Amino acid sequence: MGFEGIGASVRRREDLRFVSGRGTYTDDINRPGQLYAVILRSPHAHARIRGIDTAAAKAAPGVAAVFTGDEMAADGVGGLPCGWQVKNKDGTPMAEPPHPVLAVGKVRHVGDPVAVVIAETRSRARDAAELISVDYEVLPAVPTLEAAQKPGAPLVHDGVAGNICYDWHLGDKDAVDAAFAKAHKVARLELVNNRLIPNAMEPRAAVGEFDPMSGEYTLYTTSQNPHVIRLLMGAFVLHIPEHKLRVVAPDVGGGFGSKIYHYAEEAIVTWAAGKLKRPVKWTADRAESFMSDAHGRDHVTVAEMALDRDGRFLALRVRTQANMGAYLSTFAPCVPTYLYATLLAGVYTTPAIYAEVKAVFTNSVPVDAYRGAGRPEATFLLERLVDICALEMGMDRVEIRRRNFIPASAFPYQTPVALQYDSGDYTATLDACLKAADWAGFEARRAEAKRRGKLRGIGISTYIEACGIAPSAVVGSLGARAGLYEVANIRVNPTGSITVFTGTHSHGQGHETTFAQLIADQFGVPMSQVEIVHGDTARIPFGMGTYGSRSIAVGGSAMVKAAEKIIAKGKRIAAHLLEASADDIEFKDGKFQVAGTDRAKTLAEVSLAAYVPHNYPIEELEPGLEETAFYDPKNFTYPGGCHICEVEIDPDTGVVEVVNFTAVDDVGRVINPMIVEGQIQGGVAQGIGQALLETCVYDADGQLLSGSMMDYTMPRADDLPNITVGTAITLCTHNPLGVKGCGEVGAIGSPPAVIGAVVDALKDYGVRHLDMPATPHRLWQIINANRPRMAAE
Amino acid sequence: MYDFAYHRPSSVADAVKLLAADPDAKVMSGGMTLIPTLKQRLARPSAIIDLSGIQDLVGISVSASAVTIKAMTTHAAVASSAEVRKAIPALAEMAAHIGDAQVRNRGTLGGSIANHDPAADYPAAVLALGATVHTNTRRIAADDFFTGMFSTALAADEIVTAVEFPIPEKAAYVKFPNPASRYAMVGVFVAKGPAGVRVAITGAGANGVFRHHAMEEALARNWSPDALEGVGTDQEGLNGDIHASKEYRAHLVGVMAKRAVAKAG
Ligand SMILES: Cc1cc2nc3c(=O)[nH]c(=O)nc-3n(C[C@H](O)[C@H](O)[C@H](O)COP(=O)(O)OP(=O)(O)OC[C@H]3O[C@@H](n4cnc5c(N)ncnc54)[C@H](O)[C@@H]3O)c2cc1C
Repeated sequence: MGFEGIGASVRRREDLRFVSGRGTYTDDINRPGQLYAVILRSPHAHARIRGIDTAAAKAAPGVAAVFTGDEMAADGVGGLPCGWQVKNKDGTPMAEPPHPVLAVGKVRHVGDPVAVVIAETRSRARDAAELISVDYEVLPAVPTLEAAQKPGAPLVHDGVAGNICYDWHLGDKDAVDAAFAKAHKVARLELVNNRLIPNAMEPRAAVGEFDPMSGEYTLYTTSQNPHVIRLLMGAFVLHIPEHKLRVVAPDVGGGFGSKIYHYAEEAIVTWAAGKLKRPVKWTADRAESFMSDAHGRDHVTVAEMALDRDGRFLALRVRTQANMGAYLSTFAPCVPTYLYATLLAGVYTTPAIYAEVKAVFTNSVPVDAYRGAGRPEATFLLERLVDICALEMGMDRVEIRRRNFIPASAFPYQTPVALQYDSGDYTATLDACLKAADWAGFEARRAEAKRRGKLRGIGISTYIEACGIAPSAVVGSLGARAGLYEVANIRVNPTGSITVFTGTHSHGQGHETTFAQLIADQFGVPMSQVEIVHGDTARIPFGMGTYGSRSIAVGGSAMVKAAEKIIAKGKRIAAHLLEASADDIEFKDGKFQVAGTDRAKTLAEVSLAAYVPHNYPIEELEPGLEETAFYDPKNFTYPGGCHICEVEIDPDTGVVEVVNFTAVDDVGRVINPMIVEGQIQGGVAQGIGQALLETCVYDADGQLLSGSMMDYTMPRADDLPNITVGTAITLCTHNPLGVKGCGEVGAIGSPPAVIGAVVDALKDYGVRHLDMPATPHRLWQIINANRPRMAAE
Repeated sequence: MYDFAYHRPSSVADAVKLLAADPDAKVMSGGMTLIPTLKQRLARPSAIIDLSGIQDLVGISVSASAVTIKAMTTHAAVASSAEVRKAIPALAEMAAHIGDAQVRNRGTLGGSIANHDPAADYPAAVLALGATVHTNTRRIAADDFFTGMFSTALAADEIVTAVEFPIPEKAAYVKFPNPASRYAMVGVFVAKGPAGVRVAITGAGANGVFRHHAMEEALARNWSPDALEGVGTDQEGLNGDIHASKEYRAHLVGVMAKRAVAKAG
């Protein structure tokens, strides 16, 4: 056995089943007597439903049932709940219009579910769905932020004036205004954060089942957080008590946020299984994914930075419009507010910040958290603005960052936008990244590229993010309707092997390996003795799931707490067996040892005694060796770092090639360096995707033009360079492992570095800023428009 | 998919008989376009006539003057054929960059040209090389074969059996892939051979593949990239979409053409 504890690059145990096609995904689950559901979706972005005629569909061969929104509502099925309430500037709550599982009265985006057909086969269900006739009165649509906010714009929800969900703010407006009044210079930037479609490799799916004997429902679903789905669906939608509802999230093929939320189809199959007393399965095809999985980003922002004579940031003012889509997805309201504006200090000492955020309903798919959720938007804005500041001040991009960094000596550091950073060393990650990327040697590479007819540019981003969400009381005061602790149950089995039940969920992150390493390390046992169980509410006591890079910071901490309880109990058992005082027992390398002696009992001996308590302190201790811990974090964790990107542009075509990408991140303590590297590379790939390739396009009627892989550009391997990943860590000070999180940093830190590089490459073309994605077409337009000027010079 | 009858004849004659008997039947070669269309319920053929059982439709033969590729030959087979690589390297290379490995192992020459997707690669090769399309009833010159986007000169019950490519003196294909689909956003095939200089453009035209006569004239005078300097492309009749405007496509036609000539040497 090689070293496999904390810090070892152990190979991912789960990969054998994934790469050999033997995972068990939701669509692999088939229950006896199973029926298939097909959802009829709206072809219109906005229409009134005058009537739905399902008679022909109901009579079609193989059809078990057809249901509409009115029928489900009449049966008492509730709407999909929103998990976070944001308040307006004046303290009033946000507009929270109903979100029926199947449309009632109106459809509000292309893909809005209108009816469900349930049949013996998927083909029969699809055949019947075509027989449903919906009488639509098509209404003018407002698919974009701009359209929805025009005076007199059609209303997405009749009761929501101006399509405004909320108008929120954060920070000290007066202090910011005062600082701007005395600023030496003001840098201003308008920018768009492009709308993305997540596209996890596995489309969403759900299988609902009902056991009439026990009255128990089971839902198998593609979820990042089965307990949250049980809570939301049970309590708000279907009114099934938790003890009669089991939610299983088996192997899940990627989520990136899009599988956090409670979706209509989960409720539909569960409810229909109860009605029909037969299991019901629904599986999205890719086209459905495009029009029904929550989208990400979609901000329009104006940002201004006030600077003093020396290029120090005095104040930041931000006005953002955020697209919510047609309905509030589960966590949508917190993304452009508490996960965004709170990050606007970045890694800088900006003393005053004021942000206003207007959230807007539009006739588009709901928008919610997507890898990074709010922090990529904040980082893109801030890092692009810092580049503009450098330009305005005639300063070097690196120097202006250095000058404004929060110094390593200043932690804990209270920002003007609510967060208190616990640790970090931004100069260290910057210097390491500059060196690894050979920043100093860039001009020579630029000159060499020029000789080849290529425009080469370099970009940098120094970012921070907040993850490990989150202290329950804090998020509760900010409008969260849930706690954000995490739960671990550790069962030391009678012969000493260990089963860990975690409330987090792994959908590609490698938890089964990382957590096993962590537990092996805690107990001094080989990894082969440790099993990690996740994704089943019937097996795991409770949990809040995986998102916001929280699994190791919150879930891992819960494991440490549960392990501490086990060890404390084990010491008392060992003390009894060794006839010593529990205070004298040390636990080390898998053994309970009387300090200073060679008398010891192994974990297996202690657990056997606990389960076969013949010689056991039965008066004082319960038998068994199993403990549960709920861990509520004390603060967010704050990974940060530096990303440097180098690109070459072909001026004849506008094609951008990312030639180098270097990331040096501070993710806190690293449990498995290989997995961390993979997470960062994957995140960077998505960041490069956002910066250069991906964008969701609606036409003026609200039709989704980028509705398939033929038109939505996912990053492919040959779009990406070799990504050099390094870490320069400081430990988190408030969790037992010193971990911060690594799942999102790549997607958060990279986009501004990429765009910075593109802008730098085009600096002779009068380009100050470019919105994403910087496609060949856009770049060629810029190059072409400036060609005459360039030629004249 | 809607329900359909399935036939797998073992001769072209049987396939044609089935096709002629049922106006709503469709032939299938690799299924790379047809199957997605069926799955999305965009087509409702009464029957599928699968050509994969017809041994006679697969194979490559090379004579002193032409390469003849039978309709069911896959892109992968063309790409990896040493004979094609020797006779018309541009053709093998073009085939090697169609779609991905899965698509190249299933997709066929016959299916590609019968479908005439305006962004497909093969039509450019067929047109630029001045190839002749063989069907069960006749021979069709490339110039007469492609009649518009997704349409060809094929009759409803006509099956492509092979394509005969005259061996050019020089030829090259350069493709600017659509960033999302990787089909050609602009693809330019240039050839100089027995049929003179021919330049075929795919991906750009709203009506599918077309010949660029101005470029042909310029290159006939002077076969060099420089000869194309200032030879414009009329934006009228080009495609504009979310990926590229007509203007950008017109520009790319020029850039890709120059690169193709340079590559052809
Ligand atoms: C993911 C993907 C990427 C692709 N990328 C590219 C690309 O980059 N460039 C490119 O050029 N193409 C691309 N293609 C298309 C591919 O190259 C196939 O050639 C094309 O889809 C035709 O497929 P097929 O040969 O399997 O024909 P089928 O799908 O079987 O048939 C296509 C059509 O042709 C008809 N047909 C088939 N054979 C004959 C025949 N012998 N006679 C008469 N009619 C016939 C059928 O009835 C049908 O209408 C891509 C396809 C996919 C799925």
